[in-house]
Amino acid sequence: MIEIHSVTKTYDGFRALGPLDLTIDHEHVVTVIGPSGCGKSTLLRLLAGLEAPTSGRLAVDGRPIVGPRHDIGVAFQDPRLMPWLTVRRNIGLGLWDRPAEERRAAVEAALARVSLGAFAESLPKQLSGGMAQRVGLARALVARPRFLLLDEPFSALDPLTRIQMQDHLLDIVGDEIPNVLLITHDIEEAIVLSDRILVLGGPPARIRRDLVVDLPRPRHRASAGFQALKTLLLDDLFPRHGAGAEAA
Amino acid sequence: MTDATASDRDETFEPSLPRRWRGVGRAGTGLIVPALGIAVWQAVASAGLVDPTLLPTPTRVIGELGRLALSGELVRHLGISLQRVVLGFLGGTGIAVVVGALTGYSARWRALLDPALQALRTVPGLAWIPMFILWFGIDEGSKVGLIGLATFFPTYLNFMAGIARTDRRLIEVGRVNRLSGTRLVATVLLPNALPNLFIGLRQSMGVAWIVVVAAELMGASSGIGYLLMDGEMTGRPHVVIACMIVFALSGKTTDTLLAALSNRLLRWQDTEDRD
Repeated sequence: MIEIHSVTKTYDGFRALGPLDLTIDHEHVVTVIGPSGCGKSTLLRLLAGLEAPTSGRLAVDGRPIVGPRHDIGVAFQDPRLMPWLTVRRNIGLGLWDRPAEERRAAVEAALARVSLGAFAESLPKQLSGGMAQRVGLARALVARPRFLLLDEPFSALDPLTRIQMQDHLLDIVGDEIPNVLLITHDIEEAIVLSDRILVLGGPPARIRRDLVVDLPRPRHRASAGFQALKTLLLDDLFPRHGAGAEAA
Repeated sequence: MTDATASDRDETFEPSLPRRWRGVGRAGTGLIVPALGIAVWQAVASAGLVDPTLLPTPTRVIGELGRLALSGELVRHLGISLQRVVLGFLGGTGIAVVVGALTGYSARWRALLDPALQALRTVPGLAWIPMFILWFGIDEGSKVGLIGLATFFPTYLNFMAGIARTDRRLIEVGRVNRLSGTRLVATVLLPNALPNLFIGLRQSMGVAWIVVVAAELMGASSGIGYLLMDGEMTGRPHVVIACMIVFALSGKTTDTLLAALSNRLLRWQDTEDRD
């Protein structure tokens, strides 16, 4: 459970976010969508514990966020792998405080989830973009966090790889992680993956629409319900262009 | 070069040359210019175009090198020079790594130490000689100290820059994985600065050989620099040139060793292989 109470963030007098109130409870995947520069990355940095809010309070499972935590996993827009570490050691980066045996088993499991077992001993320079991004994802979920933050995790991939990753993300993440928050500017990605979509406007970032997505899964990009939702979100994001305006 | 893509590339572009000969071929290429130089030198000297007291023949110089090697003088003098270089280098670069890590990591330490070090850096190494003799005596202390001082700066500057300019995004990965303090330094900052460290170490090694000559010229009873000085005083230019050759070979050897170590430790770098 994620709680955000009247949170604001101000940089040198410039308000980037808030005041923002939000509670995420049972929804598995929640997507935050908004134009670039609206403050959605600020929201992610606050939730990751990388920055402190100017005012207000954030909490995961009742405990306030005061810094990075082992029960909050983060995957960034770019893979951000340590080039000097093998795939195995990159994935195990956050398990340094666990016993060796537990660490080994957790890394094996994460490697299997992202289908990279054969590349465990490879260096990042030997991986393709999609593989590197999967390693970044495995690193974020290897410790079985309670809350997984994904910051535009597929935006740097080519369109085909991106669709593949979107379709497999939920299998990779699994059901054991209660809350997944995905930040994106890709409307289709949001509809394919989410149980709930938050449309952000700004800066300062504010919630413009809060939408529960109850389309059946697996979701087909060409279905009528999918297209209707896409039109609705396009109108939200580009109000002046009217229904059906081309976005991406 | 161990991965498959690299060897594929080699076979595509150099089909006629087996891999294991390529190293030999490259070393051979490097010998062409010295060999030509020696040939011209021999021709000029043996044709009697110049006074042999000004330019001895290569055979004379090589004969002298042989004599020095057989008499044990070469080993003794090179040994003591090498000892000075290695001790000074280890001391100077060792301190540089510690101080550079500190000033690279912490802006507060940088503000405290870096301006003073940058000012000291502009004092030419040789200007320290009189004070070093005064402080550490004419013997080993002042020579090793001088080399230590001179080798400090290249390593310090490069390593500090490497630590200080670590990609913010990689540090953030460290932070979300709760790495901090020495663990963050060892896992992220240090490996990230390793390429810079080796640039600094190789520059420092070059400086060490320059300074050892100066230190041995200023007053010594042993070392290749002393031998060179002795050759000058006693009017034996073939000894001087023999010593110069020993310096060239020693400097090249230590640099090659550092380069080999660097290539080994930096195999992860995603760079075009042009060795």
